[in-house]
Amino acid sequence: METFFFSLLNGVIYGLLLFMLSSGLTLIFSMMGVLNFAHASFYMLGAYFAYTIGSVTGFWIALFLAPILVGLAGAGVERWGLRKVHTNGHLAELLFTFGLAYLIDELVKIIWGKIPVPYEIPAALDFPLFTLFGAQYPAYRIFMLVVSIAMLAGLWFLLKRTRAGLIIQAALTHPHMVGHLGHNVPRVFMIVFGFGCALAGLAGVIGGNYLVTEPAMALSIGPIVFVVVVVGGMGSLEGAFIASLLIGLLQTFAISIDTTFAEIFAFTGLSPLSDLGRISIASLAPMLPFLLLVLVLMIRPRGLMGEREI
Amino acid sequence: MTDTLSISLAPSQSEKFRTRVLPFLIMAAVLVVIPLTGPSRTTYSLLNAIGINMVFALSYNMLLGRAGLLSFGHAVYFGLGGYAAMHAMQAIETGTGLWSIFPVFALPLVGFAGGALAGAVIGWPSCRRAGIPFAMISLGLAELVAAAGFMFTSLFGGEEGVSGDRMNGPELFGLSLGPINEVYWFIAAWTLIGTVAMFAFTRTPLGKMGEAVRDNPERVEFVGYDPQRVRYLIFIFAGGFAGLAGGMAAVNYEIFTPETLSVIPSGFVLLMAYVGGIRYFAGPMLGAVLLTYMQSNLSDFTEAWLLYLGLLFMMIVMFAPSGLAGVLVSISQGLQSPDRRDILGRWARYAAGALLAFTGIVITIEVAVRESSGFGEVFEPFGFALAPDNPVTWLLALGLVGAGGWVMRSSGSDKEEASS
Amino acid sequence: MNYLKSLVAAAVLATCSISVSSADTLKIGYIDPLSGHFALAGDTGLKHFRYAADRINEAGGAGGMTVEIVPFDNKVNPKESLVQLQKAIDQGIRYIVQGNGSSVASALIDAINKHNKRNPGEEVLFLNYAAVDPAFTNDRCSFWHFRFDADADMKMAAMTDWLAKQDDIKKVYILGQDYSFGKAVANAAVTMIAEKRPDIEIVGNELHPLGKVKDFTPYVQKMMTSDADAVITGNWGQDMTLLIKAASAAGHNVPYLTYYGGGLGAVATMGEGAIGLVKQITEFHQNIDTSEEQVANMDRFQERYGTDYYYQRVFTLMEMFDKAVDEVGENDPVKVAFALAGMEHETPYGPVSMREDNHQLIQPLFISTFSDDVSRTLEGTAFGFTTDPDGNINGDATRTATTCQMERPS
Repeated sequence: METFFFSLLNGVIYGLLLFMLSSGLTLIFSMMGVLNFAHASFYMLGAYFAYTIGSVTGFWIALFLAPILVGLAGAGVERWGLRKVHTNGHLAELLFTFGLAYLIDELVKIIWGKIPVPYEIPAALDFPLFTLFGAQYPAYRIFMLVVSIAMLAGLWFLLKRTRAGLIIQAALTHPHMVGHLGHNVPRVFMIVFGFGCALAGLAGVIGGNYLVTEPAMALSIGPIVFVVVVVGGMGSLEGAFIASLLIGLLQTFAISIDTTFAEIFAFTGLSPLSDLGRISIASLAPMLPFLLLVLVLMIRPRGLMGEREI
Repeated sequence: MTDTLSISLAPSQSEKFRTRVLPFLIMAAVLVVIPLTGPSRTTYSLLNAIGINMVFALSYNMLLGRAGLLSFGHAVYFGLGGYAAMHAMQAIETGTGLWSIFPVFALPLVGFAGGALAGAVIGWPSCRRAGIPFAMISLGLAELVAAAGFMFTSLFGGEEGVSGDRMNGPELFGLSLGPINEVYWFIAAWTLIGTVAMFAFTRTPLGKMGEAVRDNPERVEFVGYDPQRVRYLIFIFAGGFAGLAGGMAAVNYEIFTPETLSVIPSGFVLLMAYVGGIRYFAGPMLGAVLLTYMQSNLSDFTEAWLLYLGLLFMMIVMFAPSGLAGVLVSISQGLQSPDRRDILGRWARYAAGALLAFTGIVITIEVAVRESSGFGEVFEPFGFALAPDNPVTWLLALGLVGAGGWVMRSSGSDKEEASS
Repeated sequence: MNYLKSLVAAAVLATCSISVSSADTLKIGYIDPLSGHFALAGDTGLKHFRYAADRINEAGGAGGMTVEIVPFDNKVNPKESLVQLQKAIDQGIRYIVQGNGSSVASALIDAINKHNKRNPGEEVLFLNYAAVDPAFTNDRCSFWHFRFDADADMKMAAMTDWLAKQDDIKKVYILGQDYSFGKAVANAAVTMIAEKRPDIEIVGNELHPLGKVKDFTPYVQKMMTSDADAVITGNWGQDMTLLIKAASAAGHNVPYLTYYGGGLGAVATMGEGAIGLVKQITEFHQNIDTSEEQVANMDRFQERYGTDYYYQRVFTLMEMFDKAVDEVGENDPVKVAFALAGMEHETPYGPVSMREDNHQLIQPLFISTFSDDVSRTLEGTAFGFTTDPDGNINGDATRTATTCQMERPS
């Protein structure tokens, strides 16, 4: 019971962190069809910006300022880079962001150094909120939960209930029509890309101190973000939300299962000392999302909630 | 551009020879001539790495360039093929059964079989989709296989991998494969075999169907082919040739480690193929030469070589999507066109501008990198100390970038005038 | 015109200085990552080697020759390392130092063994300062390889010696990365604990994929449920810091016995939460009692490079190398190797000796705890390590049995 409850709570929080990371990517993909490989790099930029700004102004101002700066950087990338490549198709756009990820990695190392920076959780949130079955529950995790839920609500409202959101959605399916109506479609794209990057930046501000702020952080978080977006259904915000929670829970619950393959497949005579037999479900947990990715793409390629097959 | 349309659409015999046989004869000649120049062992080891990467990049282009399949996990087949060859090499060493008469020289065939088998198993689920789902499946599978590589010690040898000794078993062509110049002949032979085989593959009906599937899968279905099946078959061959390159690497390095399977080498082969030019058969070979050189030698001069690599790649994506091969082709076309003087003049100006701007960027990067890494070195090109706290440094860098940009822009506007 | 002149002059000067210096320089090839995501470790190592070489040169050089460190970037890739090794050998380099990645060390040992066999008279020595797979000084030991760091088993021997004295620890949890090193640590821990403290119960022995876990809270939860009194982990890098962060957030206040708790960048990222929680077993940390001269030396290093003094063993390596070359009096790797084997040496932290039977350095080890009450702090934070009461471990206690059967050149 204790294990179950903890796994549930931990799974939900980890899932929400994943959602924060992937919502921007989902947004950009659904609006522009660009699979942004540099998304995790913008997440990294968010963390580093927050560290630098925060060391001057404190965490709370950085929380607002850093995502805005990342958003501006993203908009700049779209305006002077991606837009040029747009005519060459989605593959070129994808490869452009692939190269951009290399570039940002190296720039971060030059600017902030190769050693991880001491970006810490603000003192105001650095206390155990409550104690449960003997374990403390840090306030910052609950703060993360609140921010990501606010993010989901805000995004949903923006896209479904505001005029700007409707124009953005229309520009996705009928760019020419929207253009004829007098809207500047390239500018819409630039804003969407910048906004998506800003969301990644926000995730960086929140996640950078919870995890580690170092030059390899983009690489380590990159692949899992794609898993969320694909499993949820490319371009579906609700799908990304459900997939995040699913992956968070799946991974956390799997860690609490110590059964090894040798025990499961005992009837085949698999030795617990063999390479395959010694593997336990728990030790496989971090790889499960990738297995899920492959399975989903094989069985239901549009993902959980995707409206169309990609 | 002259109109070359002739009455007979089929290429003449001489043209066939010129485009399909001559390049390989030249390549073989070059491969034979290289050792006559008396290269050092360092050069040999670099050449061997280039040969391996050429075959690897070409096999990648069977997917990306020919069949339009973007893969982020091609190193999986390179690695599995290499591991197969490595285990075979160990079997040759112990000399059990059939392996006692198997020459090390033929190990790339084992690699091919290993890679093709892996392609047949993994390709079956992944080739059901094209486009981005295919790319994502390849990414997921690459992550899974790479993680498995560290977990299954008996097969992949753990972190330290599997190593062997290539100087065992029967010798072929009098090559003991001990010294590196003998290994060169082995690599050269297999590079040529791999290149010719992959070129021949593009001429087969399957290779042609692959291109058709890339361009219009729906129509392929209408004429009675199954795009999934075509993709699958091509995937197996691409995996096989990647495994061939893996087998070459196994003999050359005598060691295989699990990180060969990971997404990082998979990304690198993508860069090689794309930088070289995926629309041309020889493109990935060019990319392999350049990037292998960059990887092994540029790092002697600058620790920021990855930054230059990223910049190069982005420049190619933005300004020369057909890669280096595309640039070379358009230069040679420019040389043949009647108004070549104008074109060449414009290009020369453009190139000069680009060179100026690039110099400025290099100065900025090198000064910044040295300041950041903290060895206390100062960037001193040709004996000029460019200190980071000296405004001259930054003025110079900025001035060069500005001047270069202006020259490029002015020659660019010429181009617009010329075309209008 | 002036510009051209100075350019030519510079070029001429450069070529002259190269040809002059090559005659009486002793080049050491440094093969480690200088780009990519492991560049931090490679950079820091290079700074230590350069500094140590400069010190030797100031004192008249090794055997009268100037020592030069030539860096080669291997991107922690074994294959690339072999290309760089070839480059180094072709430049006439006969001594290779490396440390990051047992995969690279393994490839280098193999390649150097083969090279020395195939090219007699052109032997190359490999001085390993950080790759800790026990196999290198056991089954796979080589005359051409010397290791200056304690291997995983030796550190575990020291750690379990300490553990044997802690009567309040009854239950131990082992967590590691699922690859050779993590498994080696886990196996060593299980056997040695059974030997030295049979009453300690191992309540968990778990591996997780390398570098893939983002949230260690579920693992910490399992440890808490199992009532572990101590945790043993071989984790390094992000897997280590994230584990400690999760542990401190959950309030899991038991000692975490680590190999790399003080690894590069770890102190800055773990922060306050790690105080009292993280213990490490190392050959060096900055707050070990030592001479004033050594303190001044550390300060000079830190002032020059703006980086923490971290690899004491690099200095041990270079000093012993210097001594061996002095003894031999010439640049001959075979003789230097014979001189190094069995050599005894005095370091600022006690006597060390190079085992003759397997070329493993025996040196004192220290168990220390992360603390904010230290005289020398690390990585720009207010934290550092302080030696534990029972934390001084005599080198001889780490002398493990070896299976090495070394073939020596005649």
